[in-house]
Amino acid sequence: MAGLRTRKKQRLTVMILAVAALAVAAFLIVFAGRQSGSFNLFLQPSEVLQRNVPTGQRFRLGGLVAAGSLVRQDDGLTYSFSVTDCAADIKVHYKGIMPSLFREGQGVVTEGALDGNGEFLAETVLAKHDENYAPPGTMPKNEEACAHPEALTQGAMGR
Amino acid sequence: MIAELGHFATILALVMAALAATVPHIGIAKGDSRLMAVADNAAIGQFLMALIAFGALMYSYLISDFSVYAVAANSHSAKPLLYKIAGVWGNHEGSLMLWVLMLSLFGAALSTKGGKLPARFRTRVIAIQSALVFGFLLFTLFTSNPFLRLDPAPIEGNGLNPLLQDPGLMFHPPMLYLGYVGLSVAFSFAVAALIEGEVTPLWARWVRPWTLIAWVFLTGGIALGSWWAYYELGWGGWWFWDPAENASFMPWLVATALLHSAIVVEKRDALKSWTILLSIVAFSFSLLGTFLVRSGVITSVHAFANDPERGVFILAFLALVIGGSLALYAWRAPRLTPGGLFGMVSRESALVLNNVLLSTFAGVVLVGTLYPLVLEAANAGQISVGAPFFNYAAAVLMSPLIIALGFGPLLAWKRGRLPKAATTLLPAALVAIVVAIAIYWQAAGGVIMTAFGLGLAVWLLGSVLLEVADRTQLLKKPSGFVRRVRSLPRATWGMTLAHAGVAVLLFGITISDTWTVEELLVMQPGDEKQVGDYTFRFEGVAPVAGPNYTSVAGYFTVFEDGEELTRLMPEDRLYTDPVMNTTEAAIYPLVSGDLYAVIGEAAGGGRWSVRLYFKPFVSGLWLGSIMMMIGGLLSLSDRRLRIGAPRKQAAAPRVEV
Repeated sequence: MAGLRTRKKQRLTVMILAVAALAVAAFLIVFAGRQSGSFNLFLQPSEVLQRNVPTGQRFRLGGLVAAGSLVRQDDGLTYSFSVTDCAADIKVHYKGIMPSLFREGQGVVTEGALDGNGEFLAETVLAKHDENYAPPGTMPKNEEACAHPEALTQGAMGR
Repeated sequence: MIAELGHFATILALVMAALAATVPHIGIAKGDSRLMAVADNAAIGQFLMALIAFGALMYSYLISDFSVYAVAANSHSAKPLLYKIAGVWGNHEGSLMLWVLMLSLFGAALSTKGGKLPARFRTRVIAIQSALVFGFLLFTLFTSNPFLRLDPAPIEGNGLNPLLQDPGLMFHPPMLYLGYVGLSVAFSFAVAALIEGEVTPLWARWVRPWTLIAWVFLTGGIALGSWWAYYELGWGGWWFWDPAENASFMPWLVATALLHSAIVVEKRDALKSWTILLSIVAFSFSLLGTFLVRSGVITSVHAFANDPERGVFILAFLALVIGGSLALYAWRAPRLTPGGLFGMVSRESALVLNNVLLSTFAGVVLVGTLYPLVLEAANAGQISVGAPFFNYAAAVLMSPLIIALGFGPLLAWKRGRLPKAATTLLPAALVAIVVAIAIYWQAAGGVIMTAFGLGLAVWLLGSVLLEVADRTQLLKKPSGFVRRVRSLPRATWGMTLAHAGVAVLLFGITISDTWTVEELLVMQPGDEKQVGDYTFRFEGVAPVAGPNYTSVAGYFTVFEDGEELTRLMPEDRLYTDPVMNTTEAAIYPLVSGDLYAVIGEAAGGGRWSVRLYFKPFVSGLWLGSIMMMIGGLLSLSDRRLRIGAPRKQAAAPRVEV
């Protein structure tokens, strides 16, 4: 602890400190990034199948809720439905309170991981929350694949 | 007619801002005091014009004049009066008008309250402030003019997003804006100091109150937003590391660093160049936040505009302001004379550590916020950065800050003595360690972060109290204690209260995160459910009609030890204009924690899905935030800051010929 008697020394110390802070920040970004759930991919069903996403890896699944796929279990809390991008479907299971504006044929974003059967266990479900706003990234990337996209909007569950 | 008046006032404000941004610089160069005086007058003129424009807009909302574009797009005749007013700034155009109003308010305040500043310097500051007003007015008039008329006028308006129809949100945007915009003053001071090529301790004394005001409002705005998310979204959470939240959190971190570094400039004439840089960076983060949130780059309730033209304009403005000021900094900062020296262990060093940690944290949050955008722009796929990333960074960077915070105020300026401070703080450290171990042992492992968090909170609260005791010599000479306590300057009380607020906040975060009881279930009328120490009985549901919504309300009676404690009525609302659902959680706050109920949907057979919580000591979050704000205000009311510069300086403006 000699103290910083000269200006040069003080400047040197500040420089070292600044470099150290940058190094810490860089390391932190890398290490924090390794925490489970830090960086979640956002995928549509066909991308999930292409990439062979391993069981248990968290990611966000986006797409349209397939018409006629929504089923509520007898317990009143567990739901299953299919998320589709018209090229592929993935079955999703969710236990909780569904967002009020969740409808078949509309966009949805869910976050969770695949189980051993290739089905998606969702921890959160985000639906659009007003008439004008659709969650980004839920429209199928290959819209031509949706033979009759208007058919998707029918079969809404209604409340 | 009224709308045209507002439109005209906006244009006049633009012209005045253009004059005030240019003429005073010429006046200074020529030494012409009449040209310099343009700054003062035009600053007040801009504010009056902005006030007229804003008033005209508000009037159009109040009378539901749907021939005005902004009103038709965002209001509705059936909306309650409160939300007609809040609706003025609940959209892109109106929020810009509010931003301009605040910006010009600060300009006018500089001109009326800045009498103690040297005239030349004040003129520069106002000119720079006016340039910012000019930029925003230009943006408003060319891309987002709220006064445009619709012909034919629609019969009814589109209504306001129901999520925003909430008393908490009435004040969230104005407070946050006062915070964002308040940082513009520090920015203008910094740029003016760079142009003048001189930073003095006096400069820091002028800047500090403005930064304090901005910081207090920013703290309040963020806390209100968090409170709103807590009760309106119905998820029981209060912070989601959502990009829009991060956008307000980054300026807060930098503003906090700036508050502390300005003290070093004021007291010790050191860290000048760094403080200037922080002033620039703090306002840049405000602008960046506005860009991120308002341009539609990030989709959220906050994103009003999805117009590429606006995005390009804001981006260009951002590049000009941030790039320009940083270039000026690179050019002029080396001229600033280096200030006082200080030892490795000193108050200055502690404050440097504070600054390094806060800035690093702001940097990490910035990376976490922008990374998904960069990735998507580069077509490298879409990702989202989750809470674990930010939580990890917060734990790693804020823990050392809190440990150091105990020591900082006990170290002397220039050269402090660590052993002496350590001796004073020993009791706090011991209690903190005992608490941490006890909690870790009680819960039989697994909750190391809880034990650590509570240990830190106890340490911080203990060291704040010990510091006051040490300062007032409570243990050495108890007799004159009361007198000495009363003679402490308000700034010291402000610091103590704000630091204690951080401790209370930390208690709230740790306790509510660890011991929240959450129950998700279906209930039939008459069913009871034990949640923590409380029993919730579901009484049934009933439809409720509001002014512009209908809702399904669930009725709960809560019992504690068999005694009725309260009734809760969560709602599931369906708004008509625009059609949208919102969840209204019912909350009963207790000192020990919040009782929180959310009603879901009919689950068949007369059953309803519900979510019930007991969230212990979540009030610590709001209490801690309020303590920090009051601390800031106390510090602001300190005599030292009110007196400002010595009279002599003000009487002799340095007008050079």
